[in-house]
Amino acid sequence: MSACAQDASLPHRPAAFPRAGSGWKGEPLRLAALLAPAAAVFAAFFLLPLVRLILIGAGGAEGWSAYLTTLIDPGHLDSLLSTLALSAGVTLVTLAVSTVAGLFLVRHHFPGHALLVALLTFPLAFPGVVIGFMVIMLAGRQGVIGTITQALTGGKLVFAYSMAGLFLGYVYFSIPRVILTVMAAAEKLDPRLEEAARSLGASPWRVVADVILPALKPALISAGALCFATSMGAFGTAFTLATRINVLPMTIYTEFTLQANIAAAAALSVLLGLITWAALAVARSVAGTSVAAAG
Amino acid sequence: MPDSFHLDAVPIRLERCGKTFAGSARALEPLDLTIRGGETIVFLGPSGCGKTTTLRIIAGLESPDPGGRVLFGEEDVTALPIERRNVGMVFQSYALFPNMTVAENVAYGLKVRKLPRPERARRVEEMLDLMHLGEFAGRRIDQLSGGQRQRVALARALVVRPRVLLLDEPLTALDAKLRDSLRLEIDRLLRGLGITAVYVTHDQGEAMALGDRIVVMAKGRVAQIGTPREIYYQPADGFVADFIGTMNRLGGTVRGGMLNIGTASLPWSGADGAVELLVRPEDLALASEDDGHLGGSVAAAVFLGDRTRLVVEPTDGPALTVDTLGRSELGRGDRVWLRVDPARVLAVP
Ligand SMILES: Nc1ncnc2c1ncn2[C@@H]1O[C@H](COP(=O)(O)OP(=O)(O)OP(=O)(O)O)[C@@H](O)[C@H]1O
Ligand SMILES: [Mg+2]
Repeated sequence: MSACAQDASLPHRPAAFPRAGSGWKGEPLRLAALLAPAAAVFAAFFLLPLVRLILIGAGGAEGWSAYLTTLIDPGHLDSLLSTLALSAGVTLVTLAVSTVAGLFLVRHHFPGHALLVALLTFPLAFPGVVIGFMVIMLAGRQGVIGTITQALTGGKLVFAYSMAGLFLGYVYFSIPRVILTVMAAAEKLDPRLEEAARSLGASPWRVVADVILPALKPALISAGALCFATSMGAFGTAFTLATRINVLPMTIYTEFTLQANIAAAAALSVLLGLITWAALAVARSVAGTSVAAAG
Repeated sequence: MPDSFHLDAVPIRLERCGKTFAGSARALEPLDLTIRGGETIVFLGPSGCGKTTTLRIIAGLESPDPGGRVLFGEEDVTALPIERRNVGMVFQSYALFPNMTVAENVAYGLKVRKLPRPERARRVEEMLDLMHLGEFAGRRIDQLSGGQRQRVALARALVVRPRVLLLDEPLTALDAKLRDSLRLEIDRLLRGLGITAVYVTHDQGEAMALGDRIVVMAKGRVAQIGTPREIYYQPADGFVADFIGTMNRLGGTVRGGMLNIGTASLPWSGADGAVELLVRPEDLALASEDDGHLGGSVAAAVFLGDRTRLVVEPTDGPALTVDTLGRSELGRGDRVWLRVDPARVLAVP
């Protein structure tokens, strides 16, 4: 092309295609102009508050060491650890339940199958407050479980207003999303792989361990990380159940609104953000797509 | 081939094995079949005729309809699931475990059988060498070509010394050249191992080359069982005749022990009346006008290298396909005469 354009015998012949870049001199500028609105929004709603938050965390009497003090405060540390434990527990139980249910739903078709899948994914539509409300209906003072246990044993079993209630609510909320992920991944499994393993003598359990779980692993890791991040940061359910539940988002709320301990609240927020971000980064790197926490 | 590779040749018997899938028509009519120990039997037929279903019944992946029985030697395995039948399976899609290396794939069956590690390693190495896969032992599956993958699948199936090797269109996913070379390799392997093998294909070339016997299937039934020669030269019916190779149909009449086709009258044993005759393209010979039985003109000539395939339109009757020498100069519109050898003509039963 360039040889043609430079050919002296054809001085007036226009080049059919402009050389790469010749028509795009203003490229970087134009790009910057296009990105400017996004950059402004990013700065206004994300970067500035974040920097501010980080600075507030260090803005108290103790300066940057406030982060350390906040962390080693027994109350805060306890809150952090119990939130981590709760989220890990919720993640493991959700993965186990959803993997079994998801595989079952993909492998077995029966009347009402579509309806059951639709029902199972219903909680996806609920905000945290509603989930909390449902936990109270189930395990609260007037709840179904309480009524049944009272009739059977005379004692009333009530666990809605505690970690156990929160655990139940989070599992209930997390299962649909993980089931959907597992089902999508399980649909893509090659049945020939399982048949090959069985022909080589593998029992059904071995097939699960050697063929199915390895194939589902990326989906499980990404769904699990998402579930973990959501449980770490969820607030609505905890707030509905009881204000004294010792999870990190509640602690931040109490420090901020009741104790007016703004520096500690900011430091804990940054910490929570980092943990959740790390979990989501795992999910993203495995799934290859962007995912976001909800709740 | 080392002695340790020679496998037990187990005969297989299917007794009244039919298959009806829930909510659909019968996929397989009740079938009786004996596969001799060490024999390679090929199921051949058009798509949907029940080849895979039969193979899966032998494997234990499907159970036959009630009343059907599958026997390996003297043992009735009808109720045994596949994992307890000791069969080797090779699929069109390779079905190799993507999370394992080549060596781990091949070792899998031995690991499941809890073979001690040194013994396992020795047998895997031996098998990889036999399949010329030694240098790929540590590779991941996605680093192999299709032909290499299928050789790994064969190695994985054979290393556990199965009682029968079941192959479902193992070459269909490969390109033509690779298909030929791997087909030769499978042939060498099956003969060398002396294993009972069932091979499913819809490619008649593969069936002819590999099968000791071929089971031609159509619409869930067996149309014919026989050696490749029997299937080719003595097709049991019109379907088999048309499905295997190219077959011409000629109309003729028999009267008083003589068969009249075209201008010729040939000695023939059979009842008087009209007959439909089958004749292969290579059994119709070009002749001079004096020796010829049928006149016609060339409608098309296709040069295939080793031969030229002519389509001849006779004065009356359907067009005939005739194979002649590659160097033939005949072309469209040329007038030709054909000779029919009564010994090479079949009457449609
Ligand atoms: N799981 C199943 N459920 C219902 N019908 C089935 C099932 N498997 C096979 N069939 C039907 O049974 C018939 C035989 O199928 P089969 O797979 O044995 O054919 P095939 O000869 O192997 O064909 P192809 O050459 O296309 O692989 C087909 O009509 C098919 O639709
Ligand atoms: Mg098939």
